[in-house]
Amino acid sequence: MDLTLHVWRQAGTSAAGDFQTYKAVGINGSMSFLEMLDLVNENITREGGDPIAFEHDCREGICGSCGMVVNGIAHGPHDMTTVCQLHMRSFADGDEVWIEPFRARAFPVLKDLVVERAALDRIVQAGGYVSIRTGSAPDANATPVPKPDADRAFDAAACIGCGACVAACPNASAMLFTAAKAAHLSYLPQGQTERLGRALDMVAVHDDEGFGNCTNHGACQVVCPKGISVDYIARLNRDTIRATLGGVGSPAATAGQ
Amino acid sequence: MQLDARIPSGPVEEKWTRRQFDMKLVNPANKRKYNVIVVGTGLAGGAAAATLGELGYNVQCFTFHDSPRRAHSIAAQGGINAAKNYQGDGDSIYRLFYDTVKGGDFRSREANVYRLAELSLNIIDQAVAQGVPFAREYGGLLANRSFGGAQVSRTFYARGQTGQQLLLGAYQALERQIALGTVKMHNRSEMLDVIVVDGRARGIVTRHLVTGKIEAHMADAVVLGTGGYSNVFFLSTNAMMCNVTATWRAHKRGAGFANPSFTQIHPTCIPQGGEYQSKLTLMSESLRNDGRIWVPARAGDTRPASDIPESERDYYLERLYPSFGNLSPRDIASRRAKEMVDAGHGIGDLKNGVFLDFADAIKRLGRDVVSERYGNLFEMYEKITGENPYERPMRIYPAPHYTMGGLWVDYDLETTLPGLFCIGEANFSDHGANRLGASALMQGLADGYFIAPLTVGNYLAEAPRADADASALAAQGVVKEVEARQQLLLGINGSRTVDSFHVELGRIMWNHCGMARNEAGLKKALQEIPQLREEFWENVLVPGSGASLNQSLEKAGRVADFLEFAEVMCHDALTRDESCGGHFREEHVTEEGEARRDDENFAHSAVWEFTGVGNAPVRHEEPLTFEHVPLSQRSYK
Repeated sequence: MDLTLHVWRQAGTSAAGDFQTYKAVGINGSMSFLEMLDLVNENITREGGDPIAFEHDCREGICGSCGMVVNGIAHGPHDMTTVCQLHMRSFADGDEVWIEPFRARAFPVLKDLVVERAALDRIVQAGGYVSIRTGSAPDANATPVPKPDADRAFDAAACIGCGACVAACPNASAMLFTAAKAAHLSYLPQGQTERLGRALDMVAVHDDEGFGNCTNHGACQVVCPKGISVDYIARLNRDTIRATLGGVGSPAATAGQ
Repeated sequence: MQLDARIPSGPVEEKWTRRQFDMKLVNPANKRKYNVIVVGTGLAGGAAAATLGELGYNVQCFTFHDSPRRAHSIAAQGGINAAKNYQGDGDSIYRLFYDTVKGGDFRSREANVYRLAELSLNIIDQAVAQGVPFAREYGGLLANRSFGGAQVSRTFYARGQTGQQLLLGAYQALERQIALGTVKMHNRSEMLDVIVVDGRARGIVTRHLVTGKIEAHMADAVVLGTGGYSNVFFLSTNAMMCNVTATWRAHKRGAGFANPSFTQIHPTCIPQGGEYQSKLTLMSESLRNDGRIWVPARAGDTRPASDIPESERDYYLERLYPSFGNLSPRDIASRRAKEMVDAGHGIGDLKNGVFLDFADAIKRLGRDVVSERYGNLFEMYEKITGENPYERPMRIYPAPHYTMGGLWVDYDLETTLPGLFCIGEANFSDHGANRLGASALMQGLADGYFIAPLTVGNYLAEAPRADADASALAAQGVVKEVEARQQLLLGINGSRTVDSFHVELGRIMWNHCGMARNEAGLKKALQEIPQLREEFWENVLVPGSGASLNQSLEKAGRVADFLEFAEVMCHDALTRDESCGGHFREEHVTEEGEARRDDENFAHSAVWEFTGVGNAPVRHEEPLTFEHVPLSQRSYK
C-alpha cells in the first residue's frame, strides 16, 4: 500500500516547526509503524535529505522510548499499544497519516518527534522509591503480601514512562504517571513507611515541572499502552489530602491506613 | 597480556567470604574524594551506580538513552533464578552452581559461578525490599516456576515483565542517589572511548547526543555495564541501539576480549516476516513450560496446524529428549529447530518456523490459567503477527539473543586494563558457552549490587592517584581522536546508508558465524568482513553534522565498530576447533548430533589482544579447571 505522511519537522527546541509531506510507497501490512518510518528515512537519506528523528529502542513495547501522536492519538489508533507495536495492517492504501511529537510544556521538542522527558525522572527522584540500602534487606519471604495487593502493585508498576498520558491530557498533566508510581509502592508493605511524604513530594515536583493538574478528563487512561487506571490518581489524591490535613506522620495522617 | 584470574584460595564455598575479608577498605570519610564512572544503567550498571553512591563514592553515571530506565534489561521477560529453595524441591546454592557450570558446557570459571549462586539469595531479598512486585501465591509468599533447562522451581518472576520490574527497582535506587547528590547522571551521553593514563583507565570520552558536544570525564576507576553485542547479526532480539562500541573501544585500549564467538541463539522468537524487518521479538521461553513444540512429520506439508492430525505431527524435542522434552537447554532446542526447518519441515508462509502449541495446556489447565501465566505474551504475539495463539499455535524460530563472550575479567571483575571494570552481559564471566534461562538478570544484579561496589573500593584503596597533568594531556589526545573519527564519517558522503551496511554484515555473520559454523564458512567471513569494512569507509552516507541530534551519525559509529569486532568473533569461532554450548562447529558432532567438546585442547577461555584494525589479533588462554563439577558430556535425554 501507499500512504501520504504529514510529519512534524523541527530542527531544535527553539526553532519553528511545521508539517512536511512524504510518500510512503510499497508498505507491507506486517511492517510495524516504525519500520515504515525506517523505510521513509532510508529514502530521505539516499536523496540527500535529513531523516526524520524519532526515539525508539526495544520495539517490543516495553522500554518506553518511542512515542508520537498518530492522527491525533498518542501511540496511534489501538488500545494498549505503543507505536512500535502498531502495525501497518491497521492502515489502508491511500491513507493520509499525521505524525506529531508528544506536546507539553514540560516535554520540550529536541528535534522532530523527539521530546525531552527528563521531568518524569525528577518526579521519581522526589520519592518514587523505597529507601533501602543494598545488602540490608530481610529474607524475601519474611513479609507475606496478600496476592491481590501484589497484583495491584504490579498493575501500577507496569507503567513504562513513555509520557503518552501527558500528551493526551488537555492539561498536559503527568498525574497518571505520578499516581502509578505512588500506587505501585503504596500497595506494598515495603512502601508504607514513606507513603504520605512520597505523595506530597512527588506531586510538588510534578507541579513545579510545569505539568498541569488532573481534572478527571480521562484521556490518559485511554491512550496508556499499559492500561494504567485513573483510579490510582484518586488514591494518590487521598494520600495527598491525608498528608496535607494532618501533616506527614501525624495521627490524622496515618489513621485508617 | 597477563591473565591472572586472582581466584581466592580455599574451598569454593569460602572463596567470596575470604576475598571480601582480604579487601582493602577506603575510610568512610575519604570515599567522597574518589570519582567512579559507571557507563550503562541496566541491571548491572544501574545497580552498581546506586550502590557505589550509597557507599559514599562520587559517582558519575552515563547512559545514551533519555532516561536510565530505558536500558535493554527492561525487555527481559521470563524471570530470575535464585537458590532460595522456597519450594522445598531439593534446590541449593550448590545445585544452582552445578547446573550453571554444566549448562555452560564447562567453559566458565567455577569460583565465579559459585559466588553467583551464593549471591542469588541476596538479590531476591534486595529486590523485594525495594518493592519489586514478584508473582505471589495466594498465601502471600513468593511464587516460583521452573524455567528452561532446570528441574527445580527456582525462578522468580513478575508476569512476563521480570526485567522491567527489576530494572525499575535498580532505577529507583539510582534516582534516590541522584536526588541525594551522590550520583551525577548524564543522560543522552554515549561513551566513545576510554582514557588511559600510565597504564590505568582514568576516564572516558562521550558525545552528547543532542548538543553533539564531545568531552572528557575523568575518574579514579571506570565501570562498564554496557550490555552485549547480538546486534552484530543486525537482526536479533536486542533493542535497536544495543552495540559493542564501549567494550570494543576499551578492547582497542588494552582490555582483552574473551570468547567473542560464544553467542546464544534463543529458541523461541517470532520468525522473520520479511526483508524490511528491523528486529526480532522474543517470546519468553517460559512458554515452553506449557507449550509443546512440533512440526509436520512430512516435509513440505503446508496444511494449517488444525488440519494436521496427531499422528502426523512430530513433537521432536519430546521424542529426542524424553526427560527434558520441551524444556531442553536453549542451544539444543535452537539447533533442533534449525535442523527441522533445514529439512523442509518449516511452517508458516516463509516455511521458517516451528509450532509452539498451547492447545493441550488450555485443555488441561483452562484458558484462565494459561492467560494468567502468559496473557501478556499472547497479546504481544497477536499484535505483531495478527494471529491469536489461544486458537492456533504460535510460530517460533531461534534468533540471536544474548552474548556470553565479553571483556575478560578476573575474579574482581577487573579487565586486563587496570582500573577498568566490566559487569553484566558486557563481561564474559559466568555463563561459559551457553547461558541458562533466567540467569542473565541474576548475573547483572550480582555484579552490580554485590560484587563491583566492593571490588572497585578495593582497587581505589590500592591504586595510586592519577597525575593531573598527565591525565589532562591524555584526555586531550583522546578527545581529538574521537573528533577526527567523527569528521571522517561525516566527510565520506558516499552512496550507501549505514543500515544497508549493517544488514549486509548481519547476513555474513548469521550465515557463517551463527547457529552452526564450519571452517570454510568462517574463512569466507574473514575475507568478506574486511572488504565490507573497506567499502563502508569509502562509500557510507552519513547526512547532517556532528553539532546536533544526528541518529545516522550515532548508528554509523556503532556499525563501524561492529565491522571491526565481527572479525575477532570469526577468529575466535575458527580457532576454537570444537563444539561447546552455543558454539556449534559442524566438524565436531557426536553420533547423536550433539556438540562434541574437546576438553583436552579447549578447556580454556580464549582471550584476544588487539593489534590494530585488520591485523590478526593475538590469542591468549586462561585454563579452566573443574574440581567440583566433573567434566561430562551434557545429556538431556
